[in-house]
Amino acid sequence: MRNMFKIVDIEKLAERIKRIEIEAPLITKNAKAGQFVILRLHEKGERIPLTIFKNHPDRGTIELVFQEVGKTTYELGSYKAGDAILDIVGPLGKPTHVEKFGNTVIIGGGVGTPIAYAVAKAMKDAGNNVTIIAGFRSKDFVILEDDLRDASHKLLITTDDGSYVRKGFTTDVLKELIESGEKIDYVFAVGPVIMMKLIAEITKEHGIKTIVSLNPIMVDGTGMCGACRVYVDGEIKFACADGPDFDAHSVDFDELMRRLGEYREEEKLAMERYMRGR
Amino acid sequence: MPKKIKRERILVPEQDPKARIHNFNEVSLGYTMELAIEEASRCLQCPYNIAPCIKGCPVNVNVPGFIKKLIEKDIKGALETIKETNSLPGITGRVCPQEEQCEMHCMMGKLGDRVNIGKLERFVADYAREHGIEAEVKMEPKNGKKVAIIGSGPAGLSCSFDLIKKGYDVTVFEALHSEGGVLIYGIPEFRLPKDIVRYEVDYLKKLGVKFMTNVVVGKTLSFDEIMKEYDAVFIGTGAGTPRFLNLSGVNLKGIYSANEFLTRINLMKAYKFPEYDTPIKKGKTLAVIGGGNVAMDAARSALRVGYERVYILYRRTREYMTAREEEIEHAEQEGIQFMFLVSPIEFVGDEDGNVKVVKLIMNELGEPGKDGRRKPVPIPGTEFGIEVDAVVFAIGQKPNKILCECVEGLEVTDWGTIVVDDKYRTSVEGVFAGGDAVRGEATVVLAMGDGKKAAEAIDEYITTGKWKEENNSENI
Ligand SMILES: Cc1cc2nc3c(=O)[nH]c(=O)nc-3n(C[C@H](O)[C@H](O)[C@H](O)COP(=O)(O)OP(=O)(O)OC[C@H]3O[C@@H](n4cnc5c(N)ncnc54)[C@H](O)[C@@H]3O)c2cc1C
Ligand code: FES
Repeated sequence: MRNMFKIVDIEKLAERIKRIEIEAPLITKNAKAGQFVILRLHEKGERIPLTIFKNHPDRGTIELVFQEVGKTTYELGSYKAGDAILDIVGPLGKPTHVEKFGNTVIIGGGVGTPIAYAVAKAMKDAGNNVTIIAGFRSKDFVILEDDLRDASHKLLITTDDGSYVRKGFTTDVLKELIESGEKIDYVFAVGPVIMMKLIAEITKEHGIKTIVSLNPIMVDGTGMCGACRVYVDGEIKFACADGPDFDAHSVDFDELMRRLGEYREEEKLAMERYMRGR
Repeated sequence: MPKKIKRERILVPEQDPKARIHNFNEVSLGYTMELAIEEASRCLQCPYNIAPCIKGCPVNVNVPGFIKKLIEKDIKGALETIKETNSLPGITGRVCPQEEQCEMHCMMGKLGDRVNIGKLERFVADYAREHGIEAEVKMEPKNGKKVAIIGSGPAGLSCSFDLIKKGYDVTVFEALHSEGGVLIYGIPEFRLPKDIVRYEVDYLKKLGVKFMTNVVVGKTLSFDEIMKEYDAVFIGTGAGTPRFLNLSGVNLKGIYSANEFLTRINLMKAYKFPEYDTPIKKGKTLAVIGGGNVAMDAARSALRVGYERVYILYRRTREYMTAREEEIEHAEQEGIQFMFLVSPIEFVGDEDGNVKVVKLIMNELGEPGKDGRRKPVPIPGTEFGIEVDAVVFAIGQKPNKILCECVEGLEVTDWGTIVVDDKYRTSVEGVFAGGDAVRGEATVVLAMGDGKKAAEAIDEYITTGKWKEENNSENI
């Protein structure tokens, strides 16, 4: 009998966004902020990467946050506490490099915020002054507010439509922060590719060191297939093994965006078939 | 000689090319008992100490010995003879390049066709498996010592087999969700059915080998944690990192490494999408760049997932291709189009970033390089393009660096391969390595042989407690 990975808790955070806690004692031993796991639900499942939100070595569990966007995430969202996932491997990728930078700004967009949380917490624990900028579509999609507050000294929430706290994108908030004269030593951004790209443009202009966490398509997650390859400074890098964190000012974001769409049609097909079968 | 020798090989039944390009079932159907015995009877039974086949085999299988038993219909005896030196005959019988090894100097070659040793080996293994015949194994009593094996490819599997027999407590750590390494994720079903790989792994489990899948050493467990818990470690992590040429357009959509293409198809069963969740891009035309087994496997898999026109683009000529002869022949029969003396120079995509054209340049063969193979030299002004929907890179692989990065003091070459001495000892005490992780891309049988010989060296190290002598601690 092989070990399965039991779900101990699953919770809806917002429409189509869920938090899941899973027994995976071996993974908890060495997991660090910024790392991810790859899971396969069952024999016929695909392998998908999900970033680790919280790690609980004491309880032998990890927490992940995911958005139901395709067949596999929808199916995962239908799982209940007590159900089991066939395979989870991790922690994968290099942990986010943490040191005392001084004033750090951690930016998370949408379902990027769980990663922003993990990185912010590690930065805070390392003695940094931490500001989190968290952007959401609207009030209904605001997630993890308490956690984000805990992990930061200052939490700046913004919504695209202004239905909560304020109106604007994370880029607007960052610009205002810079213009207010605040000294920023380090920026970390994770979220939609377009957001990371725009953040990178702003910080480049101001000469602020910036790291982004990339989310390309992956298969094995161990550097074996190259599905996750990205251009960084004109060189081919594998996000799963060399990343997922890279210097924001060296990444070819346009290409990453294109490559993410590679299986759009197939994803749609799988999704329709899944919905029909339910 | 009383009986007349048959000069021609007994043909091995195969699936018809027209039918097989639409399925993933095995191409070669293998001998029946009757045909096997007929082919076996062609063997001249050279004496053990001079038989060229034994010398040509990287693990020195006693070929005339097992063939004799086969003729006597003693399948168990034949299997045991092979298994003295080769623990995975059902696999090597299918994937070894026999024409360059055991069969190369077969004495029958002087009179007619050489004996089809590979297919006979395969027959013995298959017949035994299908009829529940198992080789007798002598299990030594448990000795309380523990060995960790990293990677479950042929190197790791054979190492685990020899160590469990010697009484060790053996645990194999595997990064993927299935055991077998390239045997499970790379080599396609139509050449090596996955049930055979699983059968071999299950057999090892039955003997007591523990397998821990979903464990990436260096990530899930640190190398130090493993070193603390085990008396010795064998690294058999293979050469799994694909190479790409950093040409303009190389990251366009529809351009794969062979590893990704084959992993999607073999390990993840993308050919059964959407019943299975992993997709693979489909289209009309696909070009594979390369000329080895990996290239043949990718090209033939492409046909089977529905590509209508499949090219193999190779920078030298046919005789330089490193693939097994049988695979090249099968590829030709299946209608793969070979283009020789061409190298890609650029990929051009459409507005959505999908690859549409491979631009190529013609080569001529120049002076021999270090490896004795004549180097392709581009001919200026010969550029041209072909239209494609997908491209697969099969131009070689490097060792995976995740593990090496985390082993302090481990000596590796510039190419990333692990340095070992004649006893498979690395630069770190108690740590051994073999297979593709040491050789770069090699073969299943060499990896298997390494695992076996390393098991011997590990046994010697643990029983004597002696690592390298001071004066010969230099690596070779
Ligand atoms: C498509 C293809 C076709 C081939 N065809 C042939 C053929 O016809 N005949 C032939 O003789 N050879 C062939 N080869 C070559 C042959 O498969 C290899 O030489 C052989 O598999 C090497 O065996 P290995 O045990 O060294 O490594 P592998 O088979 O590569 O196995 C290594 C294993 O280690 C695992 N691993 C890596 N890093 C870690 C880590 N840090 N922690 C845990 N696990 C890890 C990997 O996931 C993998 O499962 C082919 C190769 C390919 C890719
Ligand atoms: S996911 Fe396969 S190499 Fe990164």
